[in-house]
Amino acid sequence: MKYLYYPGCSAGGTGKAYDESVVEVFKALDSGLVELDDWNCCGATAYMAVDEAKAFALAARNLALAEDQYPDEDEIHIVAPCSACYLGLLKAKRYTEADPKIGGQIRRALKAADLEYKGKCEVRNPLDIFVNDIGLDKLKELAVRPLEGLKVACYYGCQIVRPYSEFDEPSNPVTMDKILKAMGAEIVEWPCKTRCCGGMLTWSTGAGKELNYILLKEAWKAGADVIATACPLCQFNLECFQDKIRAKYDFNEEMPVAYYTQLMGLALGIDESKLGMKRLFVPPKIPTLTG
Amino acid sequence: MDKWGGQLALEQMELDPVFAERMTRKAWGENLRRCIQCGTCTGTCPLSEYMDYGPRKIISMVRAGNKKDVLECKTIWLCASCYECAVECPKEIKITDVMYALKQQALLEGKSPKKLPVPVLDREFFNIVKKRGRNHEMWLIAITILKTNWLIGLGLATMGIKLMAQGRLPIFDEAIKVGTGKKGDLKKIMDACDEIEREEASA
Ligand code: SF4
Ligand code: SF4
Repeated sequence: MKYLYYPGCSAGGTGKAYDESVVEVFKALDSGLVELDDWNCCGATAYMAVDEAKAFALAARNLALAEDQYPDEDEIHIVAPCSACYLGLLKAKRYTEADPKIGGQIRRALKAADLEYKGKCEVRNPLDIFVNDIGLDKLKELAVRPLEGLKVACYYGCQIVRPYSEFDEPSNPVTMDKILKAMGAEIVEWPCKTRCCGGMLTWSTGAGKELNYILLKEAWKAGADVIATACPLCQFNLECFQDKIRAKYDFNEEMPVAYYTQLMGLALGIDESKLGMKRLFVPPKIPTLTG
Repeated sequence: MDKWGGQLALEQMELDPVFAERMTRKAWGENLRRCIQCGTCTGTCPLSEYMDYGPRKIISMVRAGNKKDVLECKTIWLCASCYECAVECPKEIKITDVMYALKQQALLEGKSPKKLPVPVLDREFFNIVKKRGRNHEMWLIAITILKTNWLIGLGLATMGIKLMAQGRLPIFDEAIKVGTGKKGDLKKIMDACDEIEREEASA
């Protein structure tokens, strides 16, 4: 079994800190990631809005490439940290394997480039791997710098937990809660774990910003010091529009929004500089680090 | 005013059964007729408050073949693809995919609202990825703003500068080679899709 890393397009840009912290955390857990060579965009939500057949074929190319590059592996686990990538690849896998019509189209398109998908790929999210492959006991053992005193609101967003994923509950997921608890943090209860961040609407519409206002306000009301996210777009939306939200709504706080893998990395004793902490607008204050 | 006088809010005169039929031929479509109009989708949708029609109405409009209103509305572009409705629907209707299919059709027929950034962004995203295999965040936002409402751009300038300083908005973004003609070439795959779609359309 092999873990193959699929960074996704935002890993080189807005989501750089996610990429950095995911890679570092896997290293610290002795499960080093190898990057899939020549990978292409998963299609996210935008590609599917333009062309169905192409969106499926685009995502499926990554699965076929993985099999082509590792022909001797019986099982390849593609690690997709970004929510949209995770869903895009998983959706393509499901349709290729189970839908006769779309599956046939995808196979035919791949064949034109001399590729074939045999069904040896599993699409995995790191949340799933940390809880089910590595295990909470081991994580706890490795947390040399527990996040004591840090109150975290775990935010999962939408596409990691629904509709195709099976490793967690669609409306009340718990994997991130468990992981960060094992890292020593205190998890706050709040009602917005999977409520929408507005996705691609946030930068361009008031409605999107209003959704983020609701999330920020609820996290703050619940007493969170930081919102932990598992998706580059959620992180961006929640973090980067706070000035506009403060200007329009009755909300005057600066809420840190970090990737849960950054918080994990800190607890695992990884140096801050390797986790992209400086790439956050408002870095969280970690009581055990600042004394 | 005569409440029962017959006032059409929608242009329901223009019903198009071919459109209804066509939509049910998409990946998700076969179970569309099972919708019981319970409203669970609209109730759970975080964006229904901002839509011109909620998802429930959209489903009934598609079924009725109310093509014009459905393709020209803002609702479909306000769907953030959060899949909340789809997991809650008691009839397991893939509402998110219905929204996708409507977006595809609206773009194909040039019916999407022109000044709305989302449809423009979707098409630009598609073009960028077709050319270079991967997205280019800065280019995507810039071109969308130029084509829709540059005032949004002014509002985003400070944030953009901050992101650049943090190394989160690179001017040169990584890409893959498209059009190599070799094994795995993305262009070959896309060309094959075009061919499949041409066959579908003529069938
Ligand atoms: S939840 Fe499902 S059955 Fe109910 S109105 Fe929406 S689409 Fe129809
Ligand atoms: S997928 Fe779209 S229509 Fe469904 S709940 Fe989410 S935003 Fe609303």
